[in-house]
Amino acid sequence: MARKVAVVGTGQTRHGKRQDVSYPEMIREAVVAALEDAGLGWEHIDAVVCGSMPPPMEGTNAPHLWWADAMGAGGKPLLRVATCGTTGISIAHAAYYHVASGLFDVVLAVGAEKQYEGESQGTMTTVGEPFFQRQFVAGAPGVFAYQCNEYAHRYHLDEERVRAAAAEIAVRNHVDALDNPFAHLRQRITVEDVLRSRVLAYPIRLLDCCPASDGACAVIFAAGEVAPRITRTPAWVAGVGYAGEEHWVGDSDKVWWQSARQAALQAYRMAGITDPLEQLDVAELYNPFSFQELIFYELFGFCGPGEGCRLVEEGVVRRGGKLPCDPSGGVLCTNPIGATGLIRVAEAAMQVTGKAGAHQVEGARTALAHAIGGTQQINGVMILTSLD
Amino acid sequence: MEPRILKDTIALPYQWALGPVNTRFFQEFKERRIFGTRCPKCGRVLVPARAFCARCFVPLDEWVQVRDEGTIKTWTYVAYSYVGQPMQPPYVSALIQLDGADTAIPHLVAGFDLSNLEEVRARIRVGTRVRAVWREDTEGTILDIRYFEPV
Ligand SMILES: [Zn+2]
Repeated sequence: MARKVAVVGTGQTRHGKRQDVSYPEMIREAVVAALEDAGLGWEHIDAVVCGSMPPPMEGTNAPHLWWADAMGAGGKPLLRVATCGTTGISIAHAAYYHVASGLFDVVLAVGAEKQYEGESQGTMTTVGEPFFQRQFVAGAPGVFAYQCNEYAHRYHLDEERVRAAAAEIAVRNHVDALDNPFAHLRQRITVEDVLRSRVLAYPIRLLDCCPASDGACAVIFAAGEVAPRITRTPAWVAGVGYAGEEHWVGDSDKVWWQSARQAALQAYRMAGITDPLEQLDVAELYNPFSFQELIFYELFGFCGPGEGCRLVEEGVVRRGGKLPCDPSGGVLCTNPIGATGLIRVAEAAMQVTGKAGAHQVEGARTALAHAIGGTQQINGVMILTSLD
Repeated sequence: MEPRILKDTIALPYQWALGPVNTRFFQEFKERRIFGTRCPKCGRVLVPARAFCARCFVPLDEWVQVRDEGTIKTWTYVAYSYVGQPMQPPYVSALIQLDGADTAIPHLVAGFDLSNLEEVRARIRVGTRVRAVWREDTEGTILDIRYFEPV
């Protein structure tokens, strides 16, 4: 039986273009912030789990070795976990497993990326095997544009309505990012700006798309026995779910996306969530492209299949609505990829412990964190709650 | 203080083993024939041919020829460029389910004016029928099909 585990501290760097610091210096910023938040010293950390995107993205291979000193990992078990876009949530899961297993009491999870230092889309294109797929899959926008076009067609949705809802999602995330001091993009935009911005991979336009960010995030997980001694506000890990599917992008359905559905249902079952719209107070969805939120509302049971636009139109998913999504401004406004899934966990923990500052969702007690990865191949979910 | 940046390039050669199933697939492909393998358990014809079914985890050895015509399952019009991009934008990338296959393969759709998105939208939809346009001098790679064109 797994032990109870809580998040007891989180830390983020200022995200954006971080050419002012080297990779380890940037990582130390997040680690020190998390230790300060938890009120712990580095000597209290029993093990370290870290990760980032495929190393060709930054050109430093086995980067955990370079980062080790900045994470205070000397003399401790140190693992690198790298699962593509899901890396951040995989790090969180791995750190959770470390503690839940009973082998470690306090574990530091660190995710980071420096997208300004290399060629992200060129690297991501080589995630697909070399014989059949990578020639045609045009980076992340190309892959997820497939999903968006298929979505509108599947449910016979008016393309204009989907585009309007997606543009509204982009605007909402940008507005919310203004209240997040860590966010990368900090600009007020309108629906017209989104619809008029240039096409990257139809239907994805520039303002439907996340930025390439530098940044790091650190989260400290502690065993149920010690967490209440570390903090008065533990964020308990109530559920975890993770699922993958075939490598072949044309083999499985990416609209009724099984790996996303399974990851959520597994986490819900563990957390005792049967009505997510009622029981969740906030969701940090992995939304590098505006359209994708619509699909995740449906897969995660916030509404029925094909009904995603309605949640946007009725204001359900904005701050002040029944289930605010990505009040941090989401991946759409900040995407240091290896950190991004972990930022979802950090933001979920901050929300349920009342530490989210200007973008706090009033009274949030239970939150969902999520990440996707690969050529639409894997999904991970973690549920955090302040309810003991 | 002005941030100092060190610039360098890492260029490394690779040589990827195709294995027996891909080798046979591309031998046929060079002759303009496309093959999948049928799973004895779930009955699906997987294209390109595979050594095993990912869902049933059983080996596959029944080779089935499929047509070089099919249906667009989804698509995108790629209008942005990046370092390391295999194709020159603008281009249409699509998942195409060939007649006789239960899976779709990614490839290009072309053979008409690609300079204008609205004109592309008028030609290409989910469900559009397309046919392979083969190179004259096939070499046994996926690019032996230059692109698929609307039928
Ligand atoms: Zn099968």
